[in-house]
Amino acid sequence: MSAIFVLIIISLIVAAGFLTAFFWAVGNGQYEDDYSPAVRMLWESAPAAPRQTPEAPRPADTDVSK
Amino acid sequence: MEVKTIPLPVQAPAATCYHCGNSCEQEPILLADKPFCCEGCKTVYQILHEHDLCTYYDLSAHPGITLRARKDDSAFAYLDNPEIAAQLISFQDETLTRVTFFLPAMHCASCIWLLENLYRLHPAVTQSRVDFLKKEISLTFRHQALSLRGLVNLLATLGYEPEIHLRDLHHAAGKRQDRSFYYKLGVAGFCFGNIMLLSFPEYLGLEKGSEGGFQQFFGYLNILLALPVFLYSASEFFRSAWSGLTHRMLNIDVPISLGILVLFGRSTWEILAGTGPGFMDSLAALVFFLLAGRWFQHKTFDSLSFDRDYTAYFPIAATLIQDSEEKSVPVTSLQAGDTIRIRHQELIPADGILLSGQAAIDYSFVTGEAVPVAKFSGDLLYAGGRQTGASIEMTLTREVSQSYLTQLWNHDAFQKDHRQHWIELTDRLSQRFTVVILGVALVSGLYWLMQGSVSLAAHVSTSVLIVACPCALALIVPITLGSILRHLGHHRLFLKNTGVIEQLAEITHIVFDKTGTLTYKDSSQEVIMVGQPTEDARRLGASLARQSSHPVSRAVASRLGWAGPAAVIEHFEEVAGQGVRAWADGHEISLGRADFAGASLMQEEGPGRGYTWLVIEGETVAGFALPARYRPGLRGLLARLQTAFSLSLLSGDHDRERAALEAFFPADTPMLFNQQPDDKLAYIASLQASGARVLMVGDGLNDAGALRAAQVGVAVSEQVDTFSPACDAILDASQLPRLDQLIRLAQQGMWLVRGGLLISLSYNLVGLSFAVRGLLSPVIAAILMPLSSATVLIWGLAGTWIAARYLRQETPESSL
Repeated sequence: MSAIFVLIIISLIVAAGFLTAFFWAVGNGQYEDDYSPAVRMLWESAPAAPRQTPEAPRPADTDVSK
Repeated sequence: MEVKTIPLPVQAPAATCYHCGNSCEQEPILLADKPFCCEGCKTVYQILHEHDLCTYYDLSAHPGITLRARKDDSAFAYLDNPEIAAQLISFQDETLTRVTFFLPAMHCASCIWLLENLYRLHPAVTQSRVDFLKKEISLTFRHQALSLRGLVNLLATLGYEPEIHLRDLHHAAGKRQDRSFYYKLGVAGFCFGNIMLLSFPEYLGLEKGSEGGFQQFFGYLNILLALPVFLYSASEFFRSAWSGLTHRMLNIDVPISLGILVLFGRSTWEILAGTGPGFMDSLAALVFFLLAGRWFQHKTFDSLSFDRDYTAYFPIAATLIQDSEEKSVPVTSLQAGDTIRIRHQELIPADGILLSGQAAIDYSFVTGEAVPVAKFSGDLLYAGGRQTGASIEMTLTREVSQSYLTQLWNHDAFQKDHRQHWIELTDRLSQRFTVVILGVALVSGLYWLMQGSVSLAAHVSTSVLIVACPCALALIVPITLGSILRHLGHHRLFLKNTGVIEQLAEITHIVFDKTGTLTYKDSSQEVIMVGQPTEDARRLGASLARQSSHPVSRAVASRLGWAGPAAVIEHFEEVAGQGVRAWADGHEISLGRADFAGASLMQEEGPGRGYTWLVIEGETVAGFALPARYRPGLRGLLARLQTAFSLSLLSGDHDRERAALEAFFPADTPMLFNQQPDDKLAYIASLQASGARVLMVGDGLNDAGALRAAQVGVAVSEQVDTFSPACDAILDASQLPRLDQLIRLAQQGMWLVRGGLLISLSYNLVGLSFAVRGLLSPVIAAILMPLSSATVLIWGLAGTWIAARYLRQETPESSL
């Protein structure tokens, strides 16, 4: 029966993992704007491809986005 | 007879602009077979086409924004002033600048797509991210390659002109949303679930038989899991209870905090002493349910703002003229005596005297009256007016904060929040409730003490405090009112918070503003003409009317509908507020008020007496009137309202519409005209002094004082997310005829709350009957608390759903 001690501790750790995931999602702002991402996913990949305009390639992104 | 119809090839598409979807009034401008209503729209299309961004037009039909009301580029010159720019920018390092703008024009998926692809239009933009619900865009750009002004210009060129106002200066930095509430809710939910799981053996009575160790192990784990709930998630209740106590008030959080403290203390003691399993599950459930209820209550309408004062509308910079040079300075640094330039569509930031230029001031922002007022050199101009036409120069007589309009905000009503005196229903109830519970705990404790059992006395007293913890009581209000708030939002009445519902349900007197509230705001209206002018008279009249930029003259010119060659106009003269006169083709001709034009012959008909007369050579040829257009459904609304409420009308206008209004309102309705903003405020205050609870329905900034002073201030708005003064609620103008139903829904909500309170109190009584006898076991507590919470939850949600459904069914016939 002592396996129960171990199992319960493991289950708590797994549950804590999900809690952390929730914290991350909140901190990431995923609960703030629930409209735009749904629209964004519809076009993100498709129209970006045909960029034949002779403009200079977009300068490398600095990592401000992080 | 057979008629063959020949389809007209470009008829249908030619009517609407490919970019903005507006109808093309003149000959459409064609480009690549696509019609455009104006050069602006065509230019935007060209820009997008060049950069291969025409997906914009594929995502939604006619997504563009018309550029007809666009300001010229120099309007943003103030952004070059580093002092102003620094206050708008939220972050800056050597190369990059980050800034957030409010773009009210954003409205569809195409907008999001274009705005997030800005980097393809200008390489200096490195990142753009849209928050659609808040209508905000945050942009990161390299400021060496693109100035802030350039960026704003770029957005404005596309039709997405950012709104930059005086208020943004102070708010640029601290816009981060508080996320700690979600963390608290998450922690409480996590611990609640796990504690329930670990208490499971206890519920089934499995503990007793099995070998020892488990009970203690589970107990210790429960303490461990309850700690974050007690210390972190519940901190909100402790803080609120403490602040209530320091203000000498027993709010609902006092008994809740007491319950939580006792729950945690007694459970910890029981577990550590090994005398019982404790009530940790009930503790976690309590905190989780209460937090969830609060979350439900705090529904906010993101893009709406309820606490705007004048700073939310005033520009942040003005063009100062110093030593005949123009310079952009922050509005707040303007002094009396400064000379400033106001361009087309710019707002007058402070009171002053017109120096030069032809002023036609649109005070719709202040009074709701859309017809611009002509002003002449030497006239006093009040802050809040918008110049239409060429640019003007004016000398300020007061600073911004001392101006006539802005002084309204220095009034007492704005200094202290009068609603602090309002105590919400739950808190009123809680005052008595807490005293009673403490009394019961004390008496039952004393009783058992006299029976000689100290431990049982402590047991009973704590049990009373635990079971009486008003969980369901604290849930019923947020659940019911939060749900009512959503239903009202669905019917386009947006409330600031749930407290407004309680106030709305108790009003006795409704005060209406006239202009912009009962009438339409826009001035595009039909012109009534009396008399039959001859063709010659039409030619002369139209030629004269075209000389003036006054809206009435323009309306008259278009009503006369003369398209042929104009007459020769000589000796043209315009008298402010009176009319115009001149010699046209050698005839003396005048257009204006009856006494000015010398008209007397025709009888005035129709609503109002504000006719404009056309007189040629002393003969009255025609009269014109621009009647106010009342919103449809008013008569029915007022008839229904008068059965339950007293009504009043306040108008900033003169009383020329009195006759028309008397047809709408019941016979003895007080109607006050020529009301200044402070008069309106004073009127509301006098009603309140006589014991009335007042609902003010208004729209303009001149109603701001009255909206604020009234128990409930409802701002009527044709575009809910662009313009409304500080208020408690924003009502979509199209829903005004249903105001009575919306008030009734609020009243029904309060009845549901009272019913729910009875239910939760009866649960408390059942719990107490166990507790005072010392029979409260953790299992009973664990059943009673969720059961009572679930009952009031269903009661509140189902009740409001039915009430709102009834409202919807009722709509079609009563909206007539």
